[in-house]
Amino acid sequence: MSKAMNIDIPVPAGNEDHYRIKMGPQHPATHGVLRVDLDLQGETILECVPHVGYLHRGFEKLAEHRSYVQNLVLTDRLDYIAAMANNVGYCEAVEKLLGIEVPLRAKYLRTMVCEMSRITGHLLGLATHALDIGAMTVFLYCFREREVLLELFAELCGARLTPTYTRLGGVRQDVTHSIMMKLERFVDEFPANIEEYETLIDTNRIWLKRTVDVGTLSAEDAVSLCITGPSLRGSGVDYDIRKHFPYAAYDLVDFEVPLGEAGDTYARYRCRMEEMRQSNNILRQCIEQMPPGPIVGDDAPDLVMPVKPGRKVEVDAPARQGLIKLIEDRETFMEGDIYVPTEAPKGELGFYFISDGNGSPYRMHIRSPSFIHIGALKTMAKGTMVADLIAIIGTMDVVLGECDR
Amino acid sequence: MESTDIVEKLRKKFSDDVLDSYQHRGQNGVLIRRDHILDVCTYLRDECSMNHLMCLTGVDNSKRKATAAPCYERFEVVYQFYSIAEKYRIRLRAQVPEDDCSIESITSLWIGADWLERECYDLMGIHFDGHPDLRRILTPDDWEGHPLRKEYPLRGDGKWTGYEELKAKSKELSRFDFYQKDHEIGEHE
Repeated sequence: MSKAMNIDIPVPAGNEDHYRIKMGPQHPATHGVLRVDLDLQGETILECVPHVGYLHRGFEKLAEHRSYVQNLVLTDRLDYIAAMANNVGYCEAVEKLLGIEVPLRAKYLRTMVCEMSRITGHLLGLATHALDIGAMTVFLYCFREREVLLELFAELCGARLTPTYTRLGGVRQDVTHSIMMKLERFVDEFPANIEEYETLIDTNRIWLKRTVDVGTLSAEDAVSLCITGPSLRGSGVDYDIRKHFPYAAYDLVDFEVPLGEAGDTYARYRCRMEEMRQSNNILRQCIEQMPPGPIVGDDAPDLVMPVKPGRKVEVDAPARQGLIKLIEDRETFMEGDIYVPTEAPKGELGFYFISDGNGSPYRMHIRSPSFIHIGALKTMAKGTMVADLIAIIGTMDVVLGECDR
Repeated sequence: MESTDIVEKLRKKFSDDVLDSYQHRGQNGVLIRRDHILDVCTYLRDECSMNHLMCLTGVDNSKRKATAAPCYERFEVVYQFYSIAEKYRIRLRAQVPEDDCSIESITSLWIGADWLERECYDLMGIHFDGHPDLRRILTPDDWEGHPLRKEYPLRGDGKWTGYEELKAKSKELSRFDFYQKDHEIGEHE
């Protein structure tokens, strides 16, 4: 701490162009509490050292002392921009570990909320990215559509940002007719909205100057840096977990994986825009194909919301005992370890579980895309200008809650 | 080629290093000695086109019950590799003994392993030989202990050691505040 608090750094005489600047952790352009120490020669970055950990809450340690069901709420606090995708990722991993079957309707509902959260995530990513490099209007437009989806989340499960919507073996609540109607209206209108953003910035000269050939990553470099998600696909690598390891109902819906070529900030921006179009298509298919049936599997652990609305459920001792008993019954299934990746809006969100037959995970590791993307900043920002660093942070689309865990 | 073929190839090529292999829920895992981990990873990347490092993490086995695949040492570093082109994957579990808690770094193969190894060092206390910049990453620089080790308590009873220092610094800087009285740390304790 004492080293970090040292404000007065002497500048060697004769080298007055050489600066050391600490950007953050409160700077609004850093998407949260990210600190970047910069070594500058004039305005060129000689070295860039990102510092993270300001939001470290010790989820991995905490998870070892809580049951599988209790850990679900922790995942909301990872990528709080698109928390539904984290819920789904966690539940998919635990279900694979415990061998729980999910009914078809729940799979479709999960796909639906996943894509909704992908759109909210990309919208916020685009909004802040554009705001950082000087396009204020896009920010307001994006938040207009994001608000519609957040209101739908609130109607679906009572929370806008921390939904905890999925349950082991299914989802918490079924969709109502009114939600489906509103979502359908959104799906009909959204393509026109995407075009609206594109007319604002797609051929805007300032936007092009700030994004084309900025933060270029070749396909080999991107893979070597372990980058995933739209940031990797902008470099032309066809790696989408929805296609490679289909989960929920992704093998039942039809969609394409948009790829970029140049690998620069503009290519990644185009990738995200096309991805939102694809998400919109998936949403439409989900609405059309939504099968009837139960939303929670028969062999799911007992901690779902009561069918009757308005009744409060308390996790009292018997319920807890029941859960532990149920998990103990599964002991033969539960030994071993498993790594399950899912495609979160930012990239590959993986859960690595080790279970030794207890009611709580022996070890839970979260492979969060933002952590790895911030790690890549050091390589990407070297030799660029300070202003480009802002564009690079924006295009990597990082969330510090997920990075620090 | 399937994941199981890779296991067979590894067994053939590194017969002295491979301790055990197992399959759980369709995922193949290989337990391996730590000594030649860099060679094994180079082989996987160059010969088996495993170009994507999905995940790297450390595990403390000290309280782990014996499972189908037994553990050989106190710590292990778990690598998940995936081949984007061929679509197969494999998990390596390198066994690291307690008395010499170190393993070779694979940052020369994947630049992205840099932060993953730092995180592993920070939280689990495993040293990575040849890592360019092995510092703490998520916890403060002066943090004591490695939180994810099993003997580390979930809750501590003392204050964070840097707290007093931070309080003094805050007091020192508070004369530049507009609203001095409201912002002094320590008054509301």
